[in-house]
Amino acid sequence: MDLRFTSEEQEFRQEVRSFIAANLDQETHASMLAGHRPSKDQIVAWQRVLNKKGWATVDWPAEFGGTGWNIIRRHIFREEVQAYPAPEPLAFGVYMVGPVIITFGNEDQKKKFLPRIANLDDWWCQGFSEPGSGSDLASLKTAARRDGDHYIVNGQKTWTTYAQYADWIFCLVRTNPQAAKPQEGISFLLIDMKSPGLTVRPIVTVDGGREINEVFFDDVKVPIENLVGVENRGWDCAKFLLSNERVNTARIGATKERLRRLKKLAAEAQEGGRPLIEDQSFAEKLADLEIELKALEITQLRVLANENKNGKGKPDPASSVLKLRGTELQQRITELTLQAAGPHGLVGENLDAPLGHNEDEIAPEWMRLAAPTYFNTRKVTIYGGSNEIQRNIIAKQILGL
Amino acid sequence: MDFDLSDEQRLLRDNVERLSAPTEAAPQGTAWSRERWKQFAELGLLALPFDEADGGLGWGAVETMIVMEAFGKGLVREPYLSTVVIGGGLVRHGCGDAVRKELAGRIASGELVVAFAHVEREARHELADVALSARKTTEGFVLDGVKSVVPHGDEAELLFVSARTGGERHARDGISLFRIDAKAKGVTRRAYGLADGTPGAEVRLDNVVVSADMLVGEVGKALPLIERVTDEAIAALCAEAVGVMSVMCDMTVSYLKTRKQFGRPIGAFQALQHRAADMFIGLEQARSMAVYATMMATENDPAQRSAAISAAKVTIGRNGRFIGEQAVQLHGGIGMTMEYRLGAYFKRMTSIGLMFGDADHHLRKVAKAGGLEQITA
Ligand SMILES: Cc1cc2nc3c(=O)[nH]c(=O)nc-3n(C[C@H](O)[C@H](O)[C@H](O)COP(=O)(O)OP(=O)(O)OC[C@H]3O[C@@H](n4cnc5c(N)ncnc54)[C@H](O)[C@@H]3O)c2cc1C
Repeated sequence: MDLRFTSEEQEFRQEVRSFIAANLDQETHASMLAGHRPSKDQIVAWQRVLNKKGWATVDWPAEFGGTGWNIIRRHIFREEVQAYPAPEPLAFGVYMVGPVIITFGNEDQKKKFLPRIANLDDWWCQGFSEPGSGSDLASLKTAARRDGDHYIVNGQKTWTTYAQYADWIFCLVRTNPQAAKPQEGISFLLIDMKSPGLTVRPIVTVDGGREINEVFFDDVKVPIENLVGVENRGWDCAKFLLSNERVNTARIGATKERLRRLKKLAAEAQEGGRPLIEDQSFAEKLADLEIELKALEITQLRVLANENKNGKGKPDPASSVLKLRGTELQQRITELTLQAAGPHGLVGENLDAPLGHNEDEIAPEWMRLAAPTYFNTRKVTIYGGSNEIQRNIIAKQILGL
Repeated sequence: MDFDLSDEQRLLRDNVERLSAPTEAAPQGTAWSRERWKQFAELGLLALPFDEADGGLGWGAVETMIVMEAFGKGLVREPYLSTVVIGGGLVRHGCGDAVRKELAGRIASGELVVAFAHVEREARHELADVALSARKTTEGFVLDGVKSVVPHGDEAELLFVSARTGGERHARDGISLFRIDAKAKGVTRRAYGLADGTPGAEVRLDNVVVSADMLVGEVGKALPLIERVTDEAIAALCAEAVGVMSVMCDMTVSYLKTRKQFGRPIGAFQALQHRAADMFIGLEQARSMAVYATMMATENDPAQRSAAISAAKVTIGRNGRFIGEQAVQLHGGIGMTMEYRLGAYFKRMTSIGLMFGDADHHLRKVAKAGGLEQITA
C-alpha cells in the first residue's frame, strides 16, 4: 500500500496544470475564481480547446476519442480542471449521453453524435424527471407511440438543466404502458430540440438563477433511428447513466478549490479587528471541513484503485458515499462562506451576473455572491438521486437491511 | 407563570394575522405597500410601543412578539422592525421629551419611515466597530462616512446614524447617535434588494452638517442605547423567525402528506417522518427561546439581558437554518424554485440568521458571559 502519487503521476499533474494555465481564457478563469458560473460561451470555448488537445473525453474508450489514460490519471485530470478552476466538459454530453451511446448505441449513432459531443457542437440536456416522477423515476409517463418509422412523443419533462441552450435532449419515454413492471416499458430516445411540438419554459431558481426548465412534448415526431439500444430496455441505459452521475457529483476538486479560496478570504475578513481566520470557532469549522474532505478524497482514491484493479463492473458500494458526502461538503462550504461574509452576505446578487462591474461596489463580489450560492447549492443534495435515496441504497444494497 | 394570551392580545393576533395574510404567489422584487402601512397605522400597530402620554398604546414586548410572529407567517416586508421596533426604541429610550413626542406621533400615524444606519463595511457583527466620523463644530457636527447595510434605508425619511466622535475604531466609548433627515445635503443612497428581497440601501454621508440638537443622548455615550435597542430588535426578530419557521414546517408536513412517489405519500417513509419530527422539535425549542427573549428584552441589568438575547439568537439561528434547509430538501425540486412560496421563507430565515450577529457570534457572547446562570465561587 502506498497512498502517494508516483513521480510520473505528479509530472502528469503538472503537465495538466500547465496546459490549463497556458490555454484557459483569463476572463473565464477570473470569473470562476470569483464564484460565478461559467457562461455557455465560456463552456463551449474551453471544451473546444480541450477537444483540440484530445482531452475533452478522457474517460471514453480510446477508439472513440478517449485518451487511454488509466483511472488515476483521469482522476488527476478531472481534479486539476475542477481545482484550477476551469469549466468542466459538459456533463450531459461527455459523462452522460456519450457513454450511453458508446455502450448501447449503434454504429450510425456513434458516428453521428460522438464527435459533436466531444467538440460541444451539440449541447445536450437530460430529460429524465417529470412532475410526477422524481425519485420514483420508473413511474415516468411521457409516452412514445410507434407510428411507422417514427415515435410520436407526448408528455412533459421538468427541472431540465440548460434546456434553453440545448440542441438535443436525451429522454426516458414510456413505449409499453402494459409492461409487467414499470421499468420494463421504458426506452431511451434522442430528440432534436428543434422538433415541431417541443417547447421549453424556464423555471427561475430560488436564487434568481436561470438554469432549469420545463420541456413539453406535443405530438413530437422522432425518427426510430434515434432509439438507443433496444426498445423497452431503456432502463438499462438509465441505470448505467445514473451510476456514472453519482461518481461525478462528488466534485472534490471543486470543493478543495472553494476551501482554499475561503481560507484566503477569511484571512482578509475582519472580526473584532482581527482576521476572521484567527477566530477559534471559525478556524475549527474550516479544519473540520478539511478533515472530512481529506477522508472523502481518500475514499475516492480507494474506489478508483479498486476499479483500476477489477475493471468497471459493478459500481463500488462506496460510490454512494462519494455522492452523499461530496454534496454535503459542497453545501457546507457555501454555508461557511456566507458566515464569513457576515452582514454583507445580505447584499444579494445573481450568480449569472457578469463579473466585475466597475462601479465602487457596496460589498466585495464574494460577499454578494455568498447568499445566492448558498441558496443555489441546496440543489446538489436533491438531484442525481437525492441523498435520502442514496442512504436507502446504502441501507438496502450494501448493508442488506 | 402564565403562557396564555389575554383576550385583548388574542384579538390583536387575529387582527394582525388577517392583515398580513400571505399572498398565494411568492413575493416579487422588493416592493412593499404604503396602503397596508396605513392599515397598520389604523389598527394602532405603529403606535404599539409608545407611552400613552406620547400618543401611543403603551404596549410591551409581548405584543411586539405577537405582531412580529404574524408578520413572519405572512412574510411582511413593510418596515415595521426598522421603524417601530428599532426607530421606536431609539426614540423611546434615547430622545428628549419634545422630540420623543413629535417622532412618536409621526411614526404612529404612518407618516414617517425610519431606518437605522449602523453596519459598516468592515464591521461584521461587532456593534462597537464604528468608523463613520462626526466632527464637532461650533454649531453642531459634520458627519462623514458610509453605512453599507441599511434595511429600508432606501425609502426612510429619517435615519438614525451611529458615528464616532472620539476613541479608536473598536472602542466602546466615543460612539454617538444622530437623527439625520434622509434628504439632507450630502446624503446619498444606493438602493438594493437584500438577499431575501427586503429593500436595503447603502447610505453615504459626505460632510453632512447637522445641528447640535440632532444628537441623540450624550456625546460619545450611545453604545449602551444601541445595544439595548438591538437586543429589543433581536427579540422581535426571534418572534418573526418563529412565524417563518412555523410556516416552513406546516408547508413541509402537508407536502409530505400529498406528494406521492413509489405509490405512496412520501410522508410514509420513516426517514422523512423522523426528519419532520426533528423540524418540529427545532420549532418548539425556537418558540420557547423567542418567548424567553421577549421576557428578557425589558430586563434592567444589561449583562443578563444581553446574554439571554444572545442565547435566543443562537437557538433561532441554528434551528431556523436546519428547518429551512430541510424544508427545501424534503420538497425536492419544487423547493428550489422562485415561484413556490417556500423559497421566500427560506431566504427570509437566512437573512434573519445573519442580522445582528449570527449564531456563532452570539454563542461566543453567551460563553464569554459565563453562560446564562452565572456561578459565583
Ligand atoms: C437544480 C436542479 C437541476 C436538475 N436538473 C435535472 C436535469 O437536467 N434533468 C433531469 O431529468 N432532472 C433534473 N433534476 C431533477 C432531480 O433529479 C429531481 O429533483 C430528483 O430526482 C428528486 O425528485 P423530485 O424533485 O420529484 O422530488 P421527490 O422525489 O418528490 O422527493 C421529495 C423528497 O422526498 C424524498 N424521498 C423520495 N422518495 C423517498 C424514499 N423512498 N425514502 C426517503 N425519502 C424519499 C426525497 O429525497 C426528497 O427529499 C434537477 C433538479 C434540480 C433541483
